[in-house]
Amino acid sequence: MPDQGEFYQRDRDWHPPAYVKEYKTSVARSPQYSLISLQNSVGEITGPVFGHNDIDPMDRDLIHNYATAGESAIGERIILHGRVLDENARPVPNTLVEIWQANAGGRYRHKKDTYLAPIDPNFGGCGRTLTDENGYYYFRTVKPGAYPWRNYVNSWRPAHIHVSVFGSGFVQRLISQIYFEGDPLIPLCPIVKSIPNQEAIDSLVAVLDMNSTIPLDTIAYKFDIVLRGRRSTLFENRLEGN
Amino acid sequence: MLQKLNYLKETPSQTAGPYVHIGLAPGAAGFDIYERELGWDIAGPNAEGERIRVEGLVIDGTGSPIKDVLLEAWQANSKGIYAHPEGGGAVEEGFRGWGRVITDFDTGEWGFDTVKPGKTPGRNGRIQAPHINLWVVARGINLGLNTRIYFDDEAEANAEDPVMNIIEWERRRATLLAKRSEKDGKTVYRFDIQLQGQDETVFFDV
Ligand SMILES: [Fe+3]
Repeated sequence: MPDQGEFYQRDRDWHPPAYVKEYKTSVARSPQYSLISLQNSVGEITGPVFGHNDIDPMDRDLIHNYATAGESAIGERIILHGRVLDENARPVPNTLVEIWQANAGGRYRHKKDTYLAPIDPNFGGCGRTLTDENGYYYFRTVKPGAYPWRNYVNSWRPAHIHVSVFGSGFVQRLISQIYFEGDPLIPLCPIVKSIPNQEAIDSLVAVLDMNSTIPLDTIAYKFDIVLRGRRSTLFENRLEGN
Repeated sequence: MLQKLNYLKETPSQTAGPYVHIGLAPGAAGFDIYERELGWDIAGPNAEGERIRVEGLVIDGTGSPIKDVLLEAWQANSKGIYAHPEGGGAVEEGFRGWGRVITDFDTGEWGFDTVKPGKTPGRNGRIQAPHINLWVVARGINLGLNTRIYFDDEAEANAEDPVMNIIEWERRRATLLAKRSEKDGKTVYRFDIQLQGQDETVFFDV
């Protein structure tokens, strides 16, 4: 592996700001002082390494990973798949991707979720996998339902799957949410709209992928994830690099 | 028309939401799903160095502890080596240097057991004081917050630390110091995080 340098600076205009008046919870949880800008050193360019000993192949199948043997989760069966790439468009191999979501009725299996939609006894709501050598990942799950939340009295989250990704350096660490093409709730959501750029919002929408469906079984959505890219030279002013 | 740079844009962040535990710490969400949960053992059984506990609260702008936070720690071993191909060498068998904890649903307290990290190389040949890199996510946090835990009994190293020294306001540097004490014969460092206000913890754009 060639020696690489620091990560490209994060484009903070592309991400949501800390303080978003319309997303009420952010108001008291947003730092007010400016962030202190830090050039990368070893603790930033490195990050945890995961392997196949850490997870089970079944962990990526949310239809079955919490179901009683012979049963499966209720809902629209979907494959969620894509690649993890960096800003240089290079695949990020062997990186941990974790997801969590509500069930098909919009209910989370969580002691703090009191929404009246029922718990599905066969659905846990979380999954994890490692990308392969080409950065590819896939999950099998059910499409989550929309659910109400307390922001305005009548606020509804669009259907979404939460996603957490690592990359190779700790400063690539990212959590986001995956939405679904065609959902009319997307443009109404204060959390979606915390992102100030429409193109950035569009990049969080998984696209219906008819070519990856399993006929008579499971529909498919494709979602690529992009993590920060790295300079190709070392940070100690070494020009040869690569 | 100008040529185009073909870089991709990073996937924009969204809040981890109130149910982050389901995905990243399901046991804490009240159900058992994975055979092995990740991140509960930072140092492993073979790590050399001083065993410590780090604990604290995450406090919002109203002064209230937040009870739905997830924190991740990333640190070097006692010799200053990170468990990574570019981490500076080999680490003890079982040392991962990465951990994940959540705040208690009732009290908001978080804590993890680890070993005290060693000094690590900084930029341009400088030495960084022992520290733990910390990443904080929660409902209402739109993009994960990066900070560092330094140790208040490392005054000499902290005074030389290149990152501490780029913080212009000395008063704010103190927000990065975990305070050492002994509790039941164990070394405990206290590190409360203030998300907002005059005593706001220093957060980094890394
Ligand atoms: Fe959600």
